[in-house]
Amino acid sequence: MTRFHIDLAGTRHGFATLAQLLAAASPERSGDRLAGIAADSMEQRVAARFILADLPLAIFLSEAIVPYEQDEITRLIIDRHDLVAFAPVAHWTVGGFREWLLANETDGLAIAAAAPGITPEMAAAVSKLMRNQDLIAVARKIQVVTRFRTTIGLAGRLAVLLQPNHPTDDPAGVAASTLDGLLMGAGDAVIGVNPATDDADTTAALLHLLDDIRLAYDIPTQSCVLAHVTTTLELVARGAPVDLCFQSIAGTEAANRGFGLDLALLAEAHAATLSLERGTVGQQVMYFETGQGSCLSAEAHHGVDQQTLEARAYGVARAFDPFLVNSVVGFIGPEYLYDGKQIARAALEDHFCGKLLGLPMGVDICYTNHAEADGDDSDTILTLLGVAGVNFIMGVPGSDDIMLNYQSTSFHDALYLREVLGLRPAPEFEAWLERIGLSANGRIGETLPRALAPDRIAALRGPHG
Amino acid sequence: MAEPPAPLTALPALRDRLRAVTQARVLLGRAGQALPTSALLDFQLDHARARDAVQTALDPTGFADAVGLPIIEVHSRAVNRSEYLKRPDLGRLLDPADAALLKPMGDELAIIVADGLSATAIHHHAAPLVLALLARLSGWRIAPIILATQARVALGDAIGELLRVDCALMLIGERPGLSAPDSLGAYLTWQPRIGRVDSERNCVSNIRPPHGLSYQAAADAIAALLTAARQRRLTGVQLRAAPALPK
Repeated sequence: MTRFHIDLAGTRHGFATLAQLLAAASPERSGDRLAGIAADSMEQRVAARFILADLPLAIFLSEAIVPYEQDEITRLIIDRHDLVAFAPVAHWTVGGFREWLLANETDGLAIAAAAPGITPEMAAAVSKLMRNQDLIAVARKIQVVTRFRTTIGLAGRLAVLLQPNHPTDDPAGVAASTLDGLLMGAGDAVIGVNPATDDADTTAALLHLLDDIRLAYDIPTQSCVLAHVTTTLELVARGAPVDLCFQSIAGTEAANRGFGLDLALLAEAHAATLSLERGTVGQQVMYFETGQGSCLSAEAHHGVDQQTLEARAYGVARAFDPFLVNSVVGFIGPEYLYDGKQIARAALEDHFCGKLLGLPMGVDICYTNHAEADGDDSDTILTLLGVAGVNFIMGVPGSDDIMLNYQSTSFHDALYLREVLGLRPAPEFEAWLERIGLSANGRIGETLPRALAPDRIAALRGPHG
Repeated sequence: MAEPPAPLTALPALRDRLRAVTQARVLLGRAGQALPTSALLDFQLDHARARDAVQTALDPTGFADAVGLPIIEVHSRAVNRSEYLKRPDLGRLLDPADAALLKPMGDELAIIVADGLSATAIHHHAAPLVLALLARLSGWRIAPIILATQARVALGDAIGELLRVDCALMLIGERPGLSAPDSLGAYLTWQPRIGRVDSERNCVSNIRPPHGLSYQAAADAIAALLTAARQRRLTGVQLRAAPALPK
């Protein structure tokens, strides 16, 4: 007995559940194959898309793909759904919704107005009917602007997340990579460090280091140490300089439990960080990271495809008014996204779905050394996302993250993208770059401004000072 | 008003100074917005070497002699490197043929040395790290060292469950990075059994002297975690978040 079926030239294609239909309609990727839910054949994949195109969008309000009783994220999505915002798109099928999103009469404001009525499952479903160019064309219409000490996401702007990781959390090492990034015009999204050791003392030391650099150079930006949310809560209580609260999140309750968190804990951390009131132009304080495959990796996927589950993680993110949402698209490895083609597709899907749901999306365009990808794939994805209007990308010295052991985009890559697409830094940060004499006529000079003298940073004085 | 920039010669001096404190690829210079040719080719060479390292097979020869203890060799259900990369689920399961090698002997701690994504890390660092650990763990009854191939972290749960130990310590090769093809990670799991999730483990990563953690510092950190785990009878997020117990 199949609930959904279609006959194509005498062959009947049937799918027992909505989750199976979504999985079969998803473009090929190794993670869905690993989970045993990918389409059996290319024809079956397209058959699933024919069926999906004719389903009403509203089916996702009446049928939960992860049971409501078992999963607090399903409850969050359903209980907070905005029927008024949904009204303008409520009559569409999934296929009709695609055409509405692409229509010249539908502008970014109309899409943004509908966003609270669009569930993650609707976003995922429509993305499965969209070619890469559709994902770019629609995302490009949508502006999601967020504020803390800089303003991120404005049209014609591209911010850079400066990630100065060091394998032993050495202050001089972190400071050196930070200075390199600043000299290349990076750091307007955030200066954010992944600690090698996630304990409160290490995290506090790194927070003070980054805050000292910010104050010494008078940089209009924010810092973050990417510790677990429980560590950040403790540090807020201790009075450490916490600008943004970081957490990795996933699209099911069980997967988040694997990360050691739930929605109540996120709410507590959000409130605690807000209470510090450290922003200047705004108080959006949450920074989330996501990535396709995390639920499957935690064996908490409920038979749902990884792209739909990723969109559900955005459902979590938007409950906490984030400043940054970063899909770390190629980090998880080839068992989830096998090669450059699959990583590129996922990057465009994640950026599109996030923007459609109203999130300030950036993408960590990256690959590991056990994936079938290289710098050329990274360049292609970078260029596509620049055209799609990505809010921010990563900046790592020479693309080589010496702590996390993967390749992300470099400060050079960010300069390339700003140059070829005429994009500029966040306005507050751009004014600072001009004020210190590093930027002129929209380009970053190859120079060491006196304002960035290394001796102003205690960690860099050391034995050389 | 903009301050006048320092002369361009300041950048090479700064590069030397920053490279003295980090292996990161700082101050590479530019051709327009892009990398200079030499830096571009250096990057490609390191990527090529890391790609090659992923394919290196674990060589058990000499490990038993180096640690001076009995070794038990086991395998996951992933039969080769290609299957290991595409099927992490198989890397978490023990080859059924090896289960008979793992009998409970009343031990408290299992130390498992596993290839993970870099057998090179095991070849370089596993024996000296195990020796540094053994010097600090005289208060523990330790099972024979397990050497596991085509292994993921959670394979330690299956092994620890069979051995019925209180705690499993997995020393595993981490994803090779461009500058770090030989980084070792240590994962600690109290009451290992199949189905444990990552938040129930504690990790000490980047064990890779001289650039990463030294053997002594890593062994100190692991021994402290083991002591705390035994006191609290748990590992994971709760152990990290808990206040230190009085002696």
